[in-house]
Amino acid sequence: MDIAGALSVDNLKFLADGFKVTLYIAFVSIVLSFIIGIVLGTLRYAKIPFLSKVVALIVETIRNLPLLLIIFFTFFALPEVGIKPSITVAAISALTIFESAMLAEIVRSGLNSIDKGQIEAARSSGLTYTQTLWHIVMPQALRRMVPPIVSQFISLLKDTSLCVIIALPEFMHNAQILYAQNVNYIVPIFIVVAFMYFIVNYCLSLIARRLESRQV
Amino acid sequence: MFKSKTSKIAGILLLSASMLLSACGKGGEKETAGTAKNALEEIKSKDKIVIGVKYDTRLFGLKNPSTGKVEGFDIDISKELAKDILGDEKKVEFKEVTSKTRIPMLNNGDIDAIVATMTISEERKKEVDFSDVYFDAGQSLLVKKGSPIKGLKDLKKDTKVLAVKGSTSAINIREKAPDATVLEFENYTEAFTALKSGQGDALTTDDSILYGMADQDSNYELVGGTFTEEPYGIAVKKGNKELVDAINSALKKMKDNGKYDEIHKKWIKSN
Amino acid sequence: MLDFSILINNLDTYLEGFKNTVLASIIALIGSFIIGVIVAVMRIAPIKPLNWIGSVYVEFIRNIPLLIIAFFFYIGLPAIGVTLSGFVAGTIALAIYTASFIAEAIRAGIQSVPKGQMEAARSSGLTYLQAMRIIILPQAIKIVIPPIGNQFINLVKNSAILGMIAGLDLMYFGDLVSSHTFVTFDVYIFVGMFYLVLTIPLSLGVGYLEKRLARSH
Repeated sequence: MDIAGALSVDNLKFLADGFKVTLYIAFVSIVLSFIIGIVLGTLRYAKIPFLSKVVALIVETIRNLPLLLIIFFTFFALPEVGIKPSITVAAISALTIFESAMLAEIVRSGLNSIDKGQIEAARSSGLTYTQTLWHIVMPQALRRMVPPIVSQFISLLKDTSLCVIIALPEFMHNAQILYAQNVNYIVPIFIVVAFMYFIVNYCLSLIARRLESRQV
Repeated sequence: MFKSKTSKIAGILLLSASMLLSACGKGGEKETAGTAKNALEEIKSKDKIVIGVKYDTRLFGLKNPSTGKVEGFDIDISKELAKDILGDEKKVEFKEVTSKTRIPMLNNGDIDAIVATMTISEERKKEVDFSDVYFDAGQSLLVKKGSPIKGLKDLKKDTKVLAVKGSTSAINIREKAPDATVLEFENYTEAFTALKSGQGDALTTDDSILYGMADQDSNYELVGGTFTEEPYGIAVKKGNKELVDAINSALKKMKDNGKYDEIHKKWIKSN
Repeated sequence: MLDFSILINNLDTYLEGFKNTVLASIIALIGSFIIGVIVAVMRIAPIKPLNWIGSVYVEFIRNIPLLIIAFFFYIGLPAIGVTLSGFVAGTIALAIYTASFIAEAIRAGIQSVPKGQMEAARSSGLTYLQAMRIIILPQAIKIVIPPIGNQFINLVKNSAILGMIAGLDLMYFGDLVSSHTFVTFDVYIFVGMFYLVLTIPLSLGVGYLEKRLARSH
């Protein structure tokens, strides 16, 4: 083990560059999948003839596939049919597709958890279905969804590491380049990388827990 | 809770959906070949050539985390190309490729050319256009010093040979040593790390790349000579004759004015 | 159209990978359940040091990527003299990673059983472990089955990382088929179908249990 060599200033800077990419990719994917997840989850909840079924089909299929396969597919298979994303676009798309499906399910069960009596009451007081959904059901459901959504974001941040297979210059990838220099770097580099992930994700999970406890 | 019902539909419909998807997808495939004409003009107008190189292959393309620069034989050749085509060796931008990602990256327009220890093969010629040969490599074996493996014939049953996904050597070794177990990795970093971790008995790829590994860690050596020919070429998107010609003329100039030998001598010690 | 000849010609390869994915999933599933129960009990046992160890395990493992754990077992451990094959390293990593989520689900389940029951069991002469085993755990299991079921679905999906450490799973062999046939689209669609064959029935089962347990409450 060569701790001093592995964790030289240059190497740490290089790791930090990778971590920035990880955070950037995760952030963009989080924002996109949050929006798409809410739309898909609501569409599925609303039981619109045909459309809800199609959404359900897509969401269930994606949810049941490994993210790694989706990343592979986006970058290596889509070019075969004429869609040619760059590495960054492929990484963001794959993460967004997968996490949107996961979030859609959280949104749907959040909406389902709201008492049906409230909907009936709102409807009988003259609100349209859409108004009821938007003003009555969604705000309550969103509050309940916050903890599982934050956990999903933690997953997303961790899952970004899978993009190493398409050579996205993120955290894990830069770690690989570093331990390629010297076999004695492997363990120290792993420890640093694990701790960086831990610190960020643990803080996120503390936030989730605080939000959860405030609700009760 | 109609999750179970929809999952069922999902299961049944997936097959037809994927068929549909691939059916309409395949239609678009043919249009893509002709889209990138005159890549040379394009490179000249943006005054920059983007080249895909390896970041993990010592002697050919290795990222140095301290300087942030990539260094190696392929890098210097790329710089010479930029100098010849655009008049300045600084007008080259490097992007990292692996054996698996390089063809998709070329085809999606991320890079203009691949200079990344890429063997010219018939299969690949269907997907990309190659320049003339710019380096002659041959597949060989890397083992820990003192290993009982001295050559191809020692790759018997129960020997584990490590290779890299998407490389020609991974395909070749299965023909040359059909009894050995071949394990494939995403890139050379993982493969060499796996060898050093005792996850395999030998690593196989081009001798040129193996020399880089032996150079990095003197506990490892090449054995058994070369058993294939791996002529390296520079790849560009299919249908770019002008760019191929420009690259070939640059290569020829390099060889004529001694620059090629200089680069060769700088990086390749053995042979 | 999908080229089914790829599936047919490489069926043995696909099936070999499928078999290993199933095997890794089952072993990791059992392993993660056992570790998960132990860690959960540690977290709520009335012994402070055990609580700490359990908490550190759950919080640390849950918050780092599975990939790091897998790489650690595959190429990190040999640095200290232990060499595991990709399959073994990946399966252990899966079990350890999933266990942290299962432990958390079980802890939540156990703590949802009213405290009075433990006190009653203890005062009627049972030891802590006996009370846990006979009174608390059987009740908690019912509550925690759906979240654990979901973790098992995740486990099957996550087993794809074996492909990155030459773990000879479905993903690994799918990748090989694609690099040898020079076809990616169809090859990966088939890989996806094999995964769905595993995960869709699991999802159906978990959905069914969720519905039944929701009704019984």
